[in-house]
Amino acid sequence: MIRFDSVSKTYPRQNAPALRDVSLEINRGEFVFLVGSSGSGKSTFLRLILREERASEGSVHVLGKDFGRLSNWKVPQVRRQLGTVFQDFRLLPNKTVGENVAFALEVIGKSRGQIRKTVPEVLDLVGLGGKEDRMPGELSGGEQQRVAIARAFVNRPMLLIADEPTGNLDPQTSVGIMRLLDRINRTGTTVVMATHDAQIVDQMRKRVIELEKGRLVRDQSRGVYGYQN
Amino acid sequence: MRAHFVLSEIGVGLRRNVTMTLAVIVSVALSLSLLGGSLLAREQVSSMKDFWYDKVQVSVFLCNKVDAETDPVACPKGAVTEEQKTEIEEELNAYEIVDEVFHESAEEAYQHYQEQQKDSPLAAVVTPDQMQESFRVKLHDPEKYEVISTAYAGREGVHSVQDQRALLENLFQLLNGVNIAALGLMTLMLLVALLLIVNTVRVSAFSRRRETGIMRLVGASSFYIQMPFILEAAIAGLIGALLACGLLVGGKFFLIDGFLEDRIQVIDFVGWDAVISVLPFILVVGALMPSVAALFALRKYLKV
Repeated sequence: MIRFDSVSKTYPRQNAPALRDVSLEINRGEFVFLVGSSGSGKSTFLRLILREERASEGSVHVLGKDFGRLSNWKVPQVRRQLGTVFQDFRLLPNKTVGENVAFALEVIGKSRGQIRKTVPEVLDLVGLGGKEDRMPGELSGGEQQRVAIARAFVNRPMLLIADEPTGNLDPQTSVGIMRLLDRINRTGTTVVMATHDAQIVDQMRKRVIELEKGRLVRDQSRGVYGYQN
Repeated sequence: MRAHFVLSEIGVGLRRNVTMTLAVIVSVALSLSLLGGSLLAREQVSSMKDFWYDKVQVSVFLCNKVDAETDPVACPKGAVTEEQKTEIEEELNAYEIVDEVFHESAEEAYQHYQEQQKDSPLAAVVTPDQMQESFRVKLHDPEKYEVISTAYAGREGVHSVQDQRALLENLFQLLNGVNIAALGLMTLMLLVALLLIVNTVRVSAFSRRRETGIMRLVGASSFYIQMPFILEAAIAGLIGALLACGLLVGGKFFLIDGFLEDRIQVIDFVGWDAVISVLPFILVVGALMPSVAALFALRKYLKV
């Protein structure tokens, strides 16, 4: 599903690399936590998976594609098989909940009939059935994140990338979001989630990958958060 | 690709950016009407050239009695004689480059002068004696003027040889100069319009970076992401081009047909066919140019 072979990433005009010689493999259906302090390279790791950045050295394979050789115009095709969720939700404030989810389908050219069928289904799945016509501003943070997850999941992606999805939520709401991600993972979707939330990591007992100053320092199945912020 | 979606995006973009869009429309309209105007002016000059060059003649002015006193250098021996006249006429007719030769007597010259200058106070004072007799030579090729000029200038009985083309040349040079100035101005305005478009598109892309960011994440193609911006610029450009067309048609209708045509009858002004043939060109340039500028502006901005 995801394979990193001695991947390093140095941003232009910077001396210290953001990632140094990272090698790992994530298989189909896995749930992986990515932990590490700020600046440890978590975001760079995720950006490489999303092909928002290219590796400076080594090779990144995602969904069987070698990202070093993938031409720019093929990138959108790959991204359609990836779902992404962020800490700040990234919803469009002037569109309703339903429109926000539909937007993801519209821009990849899905038919109107298909959209009308899929959107309520996926909103039901994330527990927002009937809130289709609400505006994001009227919803709680947890509900907004559910909309974002619905949008990420509406294409039934093989891989879901979540960058601190619970970072803006209280512990109780976070638990709800984690249950949802776990359910999505059980449908066969691989989930990679960067987080600072020790409680969640410790509770879920999934594979944990820890980065420190760009190096892979721990890769543990059924691991715990394991370090103090 | 869903047209409905793209159209609604364009609508949002244009409304969000009303002032910039207006600036683009106005600058495109002005530069394109200058472009159309100078194209038409070029057409005008070349049709005038055809029209006038067809009529220009080389005039060989002959000495009269008055010249013998006022201009002893050109006419040292006094007025031209009958023999000299017949000799010149026969010679002129013998030239291969000469198409036709007309003789204009002093009396005829006087009549023409009176007609042309009937409002001038000079006309009342001039007498037929002062007018010069002349041969009006029409050449097959007006460029060959030199041949006649060298053969007859300084010859006995000939006062001077005048090429009417030289008079027109000055006029055409002036018109050409004006035309070049208009083209230069147009280029500058077009450049301003292009910069404005680039800037407008950038602002537009920036104000919608949230949307475009999400579009990229969910895998919209860059064509799909850029389309609304490009069409936005194209639509603004097209509106500008339509205004330019309106200005040109208005200019033809009010300025040429309604004003100049009545007052200046010697010039055959450009017709509606010429004006109409320029319009599609203006529209195409008006739509294409901003699209290309937008594409250029977005190339750096919206990378995958």
